[in-house]
Amino acid sequence: MKRMLACEWARWLAAAALAGFLLIAGSLAAAPPAHGEAGTITVGSKADREGHLLGEIFAQTLEAAGFRVERRFGLGQTIVTYRALREGEIDLYPEYTGTLAHAILGVVPDGIDTLDRLARRQGLRVLPPLGFNNTYALTMRRAEAQRLNIRRISDLTDHPALTIGVSHEFLKRQDGWPGLRSRYALPQSPLGLEHGIAYRAVREGSIDITDAYSTDGDIERFDFMLLQDDKGYFSRYLAVPLVAADLPSPALAALRRLAGLLDERRMRALNAEVSSKGRSFAAVAAEFLAEQGITSGRRAAHPRRWHRLGTNLIEHLQLTGIALGLACLVGLPLSFAVHRSPRLARSVLYVAGLLQTIPSIALLALMIPLFGIGVLPAVIALFLYSLLPIVRAAITALLTVDPLLVNVASGIGLTGAEQLRHVILPLAMPNLLAGIRTAAIINIGTATLAAFIGAGGLGEPIVTGLSLNDYQLVLYGAIPAALLAIATELLFELGERVLIPAHLRESSKL
Amino acid sequence: MNATPEPSAVQFHQLHKRFAGQPLFQGLDLALPPQCITAVVGASGCGKSTLLQLINGLLRPDAGEVRLFGQPLDYCNLPRLRRRIGYAVQQIGLFPHLTVRDNIAILAEREGWPRSRLRARIEQLLRMMDLAPALLGRYPHEISGGQAQRVGLCRAMMLEPPLLLLDEAFSAVDPITRAEVHARFQALQRAEPRTVVLVTHDVGEAMRLADYLVVMAPGQVLQTGTPQRIRARPADARVARLLESGP
Ligand SMILES: Nc1ncnc2c1ncn2[C@@H]1O[C@H](COP(=O)(O)OP(=O)(O)OP(=O)(O)O)[C@@H](O)[C@H]1O
Ligand SMILES: [Mg+2]
Repeated sequence: MKRMLACEWARWLAAAALAGFLLIAGSLAAAPPAHGEAGTITVGSKADREGHLLGEIFAQTLEAAGFRVERRFGLGQTIVTYRALREGEIDLYPEYTGTLAHAILGVVPDGIDTLDRLARRQGLRVLPPLGFNNTYALTMRRAEAQRLNIRRISDLTDHPALTIGVSHEFLKRQDGWPGLRSRYALPQSPLGLEHGIAYRAVREGSIDITDAYSTDGDIERFDFMLLQDDKGYFSRYLAVPLVAADLPSPALAALRRLAGLLDERRMRALNAEVSSKGRSFAAVAAEFLAEQGITSGRRAAHPRRWHRLGTNLIEHLQLTGIALGLACLVGLPLSFAVHRSPRLARSVLYVAGLLQTIPSIALLALMIPLFGIGVLPAVIALFLYSLLPIVRAAITALLTVDPLLVNVASGIGLTGAEQLRHVILPLAMPNLLAGIRTAAIINIGTATLAAFIGAGGLGEPIVTGLSLNDYQLVLYGAIPAALLAIATELLFELGERVLIPAHLRESSKL
Repeated sequence: MNATPEPSAVQFHQLHKRFAGQPLFQGLDLALPPQCITAVVGASGCGKSTLLQLINGLLRPDAGEVRLFGQPLDYCNLPRLRRRIGYAVQQIGLFPHLTVRDNIAILAEREGWPRSRLRARIEQLLRMMDLAPALLGRYPHEISGGQAQRVGLCRAMMLEPPLLLLDEAFSAVDPITRAEVHARFQALQRAEPRTVVLVTHDVGEAMRLADYLVVMAPGQVLQTGTPQRIRARPADARVARLLESGP
């Protein structure tokens, strides 16, 4: 009888797994990225403010040249944005020559022509620089600097007690902290921080020094001071459009018209328009382009936040929904398959538990080399994350089903599938639902991090807001995410009421 | 009883069964007559439940053969076979998430019975088991132990199986309720005669209900025959002692 039951279960499981796979594959295929459309150019940007602003300038320039433009700003750090370009998720984004040379191409920075030649080998082009040099710099509060009489980076060697917090990217880059430290023989060891958080930390005095960009509008706004690079360590970071080589030539021509239009002073002023006056990127970009005669008149700079919110919410639901569905479709059959064998069940729980211990942001980052950026890697990461609560709940649920009832169900003549459908599943349902509910809530929270790898969702305003020091924007993502979690709780509550008779519901309450 | 002209309802031939290396049955031969109530009595652990589970395929013999109504037991389609073998156990095992009605109807619904037939059969069973139709909408935890036991019997008999296996199915209730369930069961057996194998360690119950008696010791059958004959002529001291434990 064991063997018979096992065959029927195996058949049922195989069918479920297949159905699940088809469903997921179908839904992923049905939601392709939007950049495939002819005549549409997708402009990306990293998560920082200047990136957004330059991206918006590129976008409006291309729109003025008659192209339809899709904006995918705030993709994350260099590696994510660069990969997005390489994989055709975006067609161009603003990059800096220093970053391109050191972090991407792995060469010593040289003239634009050299970089362009190297980029062509990767199917990319480097267009002429916009004008300004946004190099790295170290910055600290002006008052503090004056008190300690610090003006130059070399002055820092006399103050080993000063705490330094730098962005993770700066911390690791060859042309960032490691080289800086050895060039100046700096005694401090820095913390790695998110850039926006580092600024805040400096303002609040919890750290003293952080890395900055020389055109950052916030430097003046927060009354920070740039420390002089007296040993000439930092390379030049000229802003350029980094574009896919197959971009239509009218688009290339339009972008070339931006060459040399932005010097450092102007760029800092534009950045400050956004950071201290709180104007939208679109409005600042439109004003600048109109002044330069690139666009004919001022575009209506419409606030897109509420409009984006709907899209973000839908993206978020898709991310979490697909990942959760996938986790159920894999996790539930897996649990059914292993729950009778304590050793197998323990190993499955062990592996799922191991996945859970990987910090979510690290798991997302691990997805990049495997699956690139965007929705797919995010869904896979969220799927892996949901697996543990679902598998653990399912195995527990199945083990708590009274074996007598299963024996009776089999003994009176229910087939394996019927036992599952009419006896085992309903009895396991309270615990199962609890596990799926936990997974859903975890998912909704974790999915906000998916924006770091360009998957969109409610994390997009959060990540952007963090990098722009715009806490209102953070709330635009955080509040709906919290409401979504609450709504999900209520939905599961309702589902429980529908699916589980009252007396079984009560007993399963903890 | 092997000399019965029509095939035995249940026949074990040279049956071997071991659990975790420990032999329980070693070459068991036993035949049970059709169309009557057979009671299997014996001390705890002697293998009564195992015997029933060998009949409905919940257990498979290590060697030997089980025949039902002359046919070797077909292990390839057990659900189909088991729907022709009613099964009720001491712990009753009503499904707690289903109402009384759904517990009784679970097999008939899988069989795709039309509503009218389903309703008629349930009403008939309730009448015979003296259960109020009002119970149908309740969940198992909302009815008494004696009612639950009768609901378990209704579930076992819903599909009118030619063979009914009852493993201590009357023992979870107090003596008064048990007497009532006995009476109802006998009435039903008169109305719908079928082969019943009734496992019990209550000799009084066996004597009262059974047409045929199987007396067991661990792993072996001590004596078979009508209750009257066995009572009159116990095969050995063990049988006699066992019968004395009755009323
Ligand atoms: N699944 C099993 N694994 C190991 N041993 C078992 C198993 N099932 C039954 N046995 C053993 O086989 C013997 C007979 O068990 P069985 O349940 O048939 O006894 P029983 O006559 O029904 O007893 P009771 O009157 O207590 O119900 C016992 O010794 C029991 O321990
Ligand atoms: Mg028993």
